[in-house]
Amino acid sequence: MSGFWSIYVIVLVLVTVVGSLWLLQALSTKQVDESEGQSTTKHVWDKDLEEFDNPLPRWWLILFWLTVAYSVGYLVVYPGMGSFAGVAGWSQTGQYDEEIASANKRYGDIYGAFSDVALADLSSDPEAVQLGRNLFQNNCVTCHGSDGRGARGFPNLTDSAWLYGGSPEQIEASISNGRNGVMPALGAVLGDDGLNDVVAHVLSLSGSGAANENGALKFGQMCAACHGADGTGNQLLGAPSLKDDAWLYGGTEVDIKDTLMQGRMNSMPPQRGTLTPDQIRTLVAYVLSMGN
Amino acid sequence: MEKSNTYNDVVVRQFCIMTVVWGIVGMLVGVIIAAQLLWPALNFDIPWLTYSRLRPLHTNAVIFAFGGSALIGASYYVVQRTCHVRLYMDRLASFTFWGWQLVIVLAAITLPLGYTQGKEYAELVWPIDILLTIVWVAYAVVYFGTLFTRRVSHIYVANWFFAAFIITIAILHIVNSLAIPVTLGLSYPIYAGVVDAMVQWWYGHNAVGFFLTAGFLGMMYYFVPKQAGRPVFSYRLSVVHFWSLIAIYMWAGPHHLHYTTLPDWAQSLGMVFSLILLAPSWGGMINGMMTLSGAWHKLRTDPILKFLIVSLSFYGMSTFEGPMMSIKTVNALSHYTDWTIGHVHSGALGWVAMVSIGTMYALIPKVFGREAMYSIKWIDLHFWIATIGVVLYIAAMWIAGVMQGLMWRAVNSDGTLTYTFMESLEATYPYYAVRLLGGVLFFSGMLIMACNVYMTVRSGEKKAVQPVIEPA
Repeated sequence: MSGFWSIYVIVLVLVTVVGSLWLLQALSTKQVDESEGQSTTKHVWDKDLEEFDNPLPRWWLILFWLTVAYSVGYLVVYPGMGSFAGVAGWSQTGQYDEEIASANKRYGDIYGAFSDVALADLSSDPEAVQLGRNLFQNNCVTCHGSDGRGARGFPNLTDSAWLYGGSPEQIEASISNGRNGVMPALGAVLGDDGLNDVVAHVLSLSGSGAANENGALKFGQMCAACHGADGTGNQLLGAPSLKDDAWLYGGTEVDIKDTLMQGRMNSMPPQRGTLTPDQIRTLVAYVLSMGN
Repeated sequence: MEKSNTYNDVVVRQFCIMTVVWGIVGMLVGVIIAAQLLWPALNFDIPWLTYSRLRPLHTNAVIFAFGGSALIGASYYVVQRTCHVRLYMDRLASFTFWGWQLVIVLAAITLPLGYTQGKEYAELVWPIDILLTIVWVAYAVVYFGTLFTRRVSHIYVANWFFAAFIITIAILHIVNSLAIPVTLGLSYPIYAGVVDAMVQWWYGHNAVGFFLTAGFLGMMYYFVPKQAGRPVFSYRLSVVHFWSLIAIYMWAGPHHLHYTTLPDWAQSLGMVFSLILLAPSWGGMINGMMTLSGAWHKLRTDPILKFLIVSLSFYGMSTFEGPMMSIKTVNALSHYTDWTIGHVHSGALGWVAMVSIGTMYALIPKVFGREAMYSIKWIDLHFWIATIGVVLYIAAMWIAGVMQGLMWRAVNSDGTLTYTFMESLEATYPYYAVRLLGGVLFFSGMLIMACNVYMTVRSGEKKAVQPVIEPA
């Protein structure tokens, strides 16, 4: 915040608070004419509408002053008065960092206990699997589902099909660094007939539907670079195998045509900044245990 | 009798009737969406009936259609009686009635169709926003025109509040709705990111402060002393609490954005001004309640007074709860839970609806030239059903909200969260049922009111034209 806006904020705050207090003070010390007892202001509206001028209730005055006193104190300690940061040096990002640091300190050993166990052996350790399961329920279920079976666009983690590989190390890399999968749109390149032919060929790869010669030819030109000549895919690129019955976006003729026409973009967000390496290891253990 | 020597009660009558009608419509939609939270299948897979489209319809209908009609109608009645003149410009006043109804009907069509600018409590698309602005300016001309032609020098306190309400709502509506139109149904706000969020909640919280608080306090300041037959408790209290209320409310908006990307300093100011707001808010409650001192016995026999005084109790309760919820540590628990919904409804049902209902019961016989409402017993029945309904509603939401807040922050020994969001939702179901029951009760009360109003209006002779009273 620039100096001008900082002063602007401070002045506005002070005018509002001091103005209210001035009014409060002026009207709480106003003399009441006791001689006449409870008297009205002498104004009458609509035949019988009148006002007494009773003094401000004392408890209410005290309440008003207390909230102001608390607020003044608060604005000395915490940020609020323009760019003045407050004497406590508090900020919400600072509070977050502190809470994360203290949580990592408090829970670090629980996960650290497994740091010497080989990743491949971890999935047979029920304690590590349970820790991973809890992390999974907190961090992964929104996309992959509480049973890990995924949904359209979100991979099923319980089957044997893996986009980027199912080895412990590959899964760890997927979780830690995230993944970005892109399938280019081929609708314009293939044209209507080409599309139908390639769809037929893709369907034949997994044993549903007859072979299509033109489709196979086009597949070789356009698709084989990623999915391989035989359609077994390439885990280095995240290109799925087309020979199994696992389909990220559906395996019907319509679905496949849609995928070819429009292409697909997908991403798995990296968990590195959110979870510690030890936590990610237990998560790998749980993911592996789901397939067993 | 010359027309200028009589009050214009035609437009008041129109707004009174529509207050009851829109109350029923708005609360029915509320009951439907409360039921949908319990049984999601109740949207029947029809887009127009989905929760996301009916919820803004509910809020717009109860706040602007029901509350707005009650406010404009009552302010037209009060400003004439306390200025001792006929309403300024009959035809413009009539335009404000039909214009306001048109805005509401357009809202009831566009919102279920999915047209929205996505700002809470300001969902209407830009062409309707412009119509609303024109109607509001016309309302201001009629109101202030009447005020400026008054035949008494002192402006009665109710009019301070109505005036602040009219001016501020105009500013809030225009600033918050500034947008660049693209098509008839689409526009983009001129603000971006956190600035947009801040403008939205500056608008949102001041809609609470000036529409739902100042406006209805104006109503209270006329109808409570009238119904109690007692002078207002303290003139000087009304001066202090009026000026401090309108000065301090302006700052409270950021408490809706605690622990977001809003800068720390703005969050802090939102919090401290919300705390300072407690005393100014309670000033109105004290002034209303203490007006009854010396006449407390009337509460036993007059159900209209019961509505008015209980509404002030709910007002006091929610204006205590609000500052408390704006404290960061409390907000960290309450934010995003159903506690907020409970808080809003203790204000909306307990305060706004009950003060409006009490006012309508006092006002309708007067403007229709009747001695009293058709049945005082029915008013009493309405009062008890409504009160039980509000209490069930807000108690259910308090429990649900605190439970959700605690479930969301519960952690296992390994630092992971104990409950998933779904589990907290499942645990909330019984409270959603209680809330629905509370809502159904409150809604039934409105049906009783509709019968009572119908019988009152139907019975008796022609509507009486009332002469302007000479100033004292």
